[in-house]
Amino acid sequence: MSDVAPSNLNTSPRFDTMRFLTKYSTLLALLALVLFNVIFTNHFISIQTLNVNLTQVATIVIVGVGMTLVIATGGIDLSVGSLMAISGAIAPLIFLGTAVHIGEIHVAVAVGMVLAILVAGAFGWFNGWLITRFHIQPIIATLVLFIAGRGIAQVSTNGNLQPFKLGEFQWIGLGRWFGVPVQVVIMIALVALTAWILKRSLFGRQILAIGGNERAARLAGVPVANVKRWVYCISGLCSGIAGLVVIAINSSSDANLVGLGMELDAIAAVAVGGTLLSGGRATVTGTLIGALIIQLVRYTLLANGVPDDVAKLVKAALIIIAVWLQRHGRT
Amino acid sequence: MKKTSLIAAISSQGVLIALALLILFGWLRYENFLGLFNISTVLRYNSMFALVALGMCFVIMAGGIDLSVGSTAALGSVVSALVSDQGMLVGSLVGIAAGLCVGILNGFVIVKLRILPFIATLATMLAANGTALLLAHDQTVSVSYDGTFVNLGQGDIFNIPIPAIIAVAAYAIGSIVLNFTSTGRSVLAIGGNEDASRMMGLPVDRVKFMVYVLSGGLSGLAGVILASQFGAGQPIEGVGWELFAIASVVVGGTLLTGGVGSVGATLAGVLLLGLIFNVLNFENGLGWISLSAYWQSVIRGLFLLFVVILQSRLAVRDKPT
Repeated sequence: MSDVAPSNLNTSPRFDTMRFLTKYSTLLALLALVLFNVIFTNHFISIQTLNVNLTQVATIVIVGVGMTLVIATGGIDLSVGSLMAISGAIAPLIFLGTAVHIGEIHVAVAVGMVLAILVAGAFGWFNGWLITRFHIQPIIATLVLFIAGRGIAQVSTNGNLQPFKLGEFQWIGLGRWFGVPVQVVIMIALVALTAWILKRSLFGRQILAIGGNERAARLAGVPVANVKRWVYCISGLCSGIAGLVVIAINSSSDANLVGLGMELDAIAAVAVGGTLLSGGRATVTGTLIGALIIQLVRYTLLANGVPDDVAKLVKAALIIIAVWLQRHGRT
Repeated sequence: MKKTSLIAAISSQGVLIALALLILFGWLRYENFLGLFNISTVLRYNSMFALVALGMCFVIMAGGIDLSVGSTAALGSVVSALVSDQGMLVGSLVGIAAGLCVGILNGFVIVKLRILPFIATLATMLAANGTALLLAHDQTVSVSYDGTFVNLGQGDIFNIPIPAIIAVAAYAIGSIVLNFTSTGRSVLAIGGNEDASRMMGLPVDRVKFMVYVLSGGLSGLAGVILASQFGAGQPIEGVGWELFAIASVVVGGTLLTGGVGSVGATLAGVLLLGLIFNVLNFENGLGWISLSAYWQSVIRGLFLLFVVILQSRLAVRDKPT
């Protein structure tokens, strides 16, 4: 949305319906879904429904924000789920005192959370380093940590479940600020910040320039390697945050399960949201809308008695249709 | 082109050398490592991955990617388990047909709708998974032991596991197709440069369609073997198979950019990654150390890392940019 040429809707005398439809297709689809639910689903208009949907979508969007930036440079990050598992494994090791003992619980929680997110960010940086230093394709470079990352999380916890009941930590998944779940606040803040970065900051323009034409960007003096490393690092940091949210909601950390399949959910949200998968055009609000559409479709089907397996088929069709529509919107 | 095939040659030799070293290590260190039981267990189990990796190898050589192989295999295992009372032949054909359907869908979406292979096969992966769960009513489907179906996965011919024979035959055919048929050469040409291939008049769309159908069919066959080997159709099996297959193909020296590749080295890649797990089991059996099974993914990841860095170093040396 940030890189679309200025619309000629106002200047053109004739209202171009097709153009309008493709440009706002994701938003229109979301509105149509909401409208459908308002009419057909019982108890749809309630704070509880809103909170349930937003809570479930929050982790996908948090990871999707990093993924949007990665895809905007023309890359892909398969390691996000494994990085979530690593971050989810590290934090309890510290605040439960398994690895190191810190007396004051607030300090332990703070150290655990910060360290977990930073380690995930460091692994993200490693992804970027592999990609830029050795010119390895992103899909393969991040495949390394996709495979090894979950193993690292499992080895560091011996594959054990780490259960806990700790209000000092679980606010990130269970707490509320003014009635809004904390992870939803984090999600909105990240989306707003990233939308601003993409639209207004030099870093954001450099990301889009690299995705549009990497050679041209390099010739124009964009520090391509540096920008890419930061983008993968950000994706790692986002995954780290999402990992903490997930274990806080579950009241336990299971390295085998945290973030499993997250890379596909995040990529699907980005694709449905209208970010160009080949890079060069990105919209982080689109990713938010994309994730909401996928979530709401699933919710609508489940609320109306359709089994979850059918919901998967619908999600598959949705991804194809959305990407296909966007292709036609461009040409 | 010459330079890149040199790289492929070196790294495909590399995987053979690594495989030989690993086998030598196992033979010297562990009793029974080269025993009949261990060999046939390893071959029987890894032949499923070998079939999936073969299809993936062709897809990647044509410049694409197929993420749907794992859930296609799961779908194949479910449908073949559902008809397993009809015997081995019907079970296999139905399972393969299910895989072909997914492959045809992949080919259609990628070639006709012109959607990136990555996102297209991501969607069909979901679709195949959903269909498998629907058909299986969210649980494993037990296989009928009355007929001949389970022989396919559990039987032997001259002490060689039947799945291994199927896999070796598939690789032999794959190798012949790749090296000696015009279709095989077209796959490499298209992966190397699609636009140039199109201008040369190669049937680009048809060949691309075919590699996805092939990958789907082989995944379906792997699913049939899965069902007959473990006596159940498993709708949630196959998670991560696609990435294991991609890793095997890459370890075998096939470039992900397409255009260069070797079928035999892919088989070596599958065996190498499979044997790492096997060696780990033996090592634990010795009792000196106790590395949990979780280490296998760390070691596999490190191995993949080593191979891709090596590949890129060779590429940089040959082709300074």
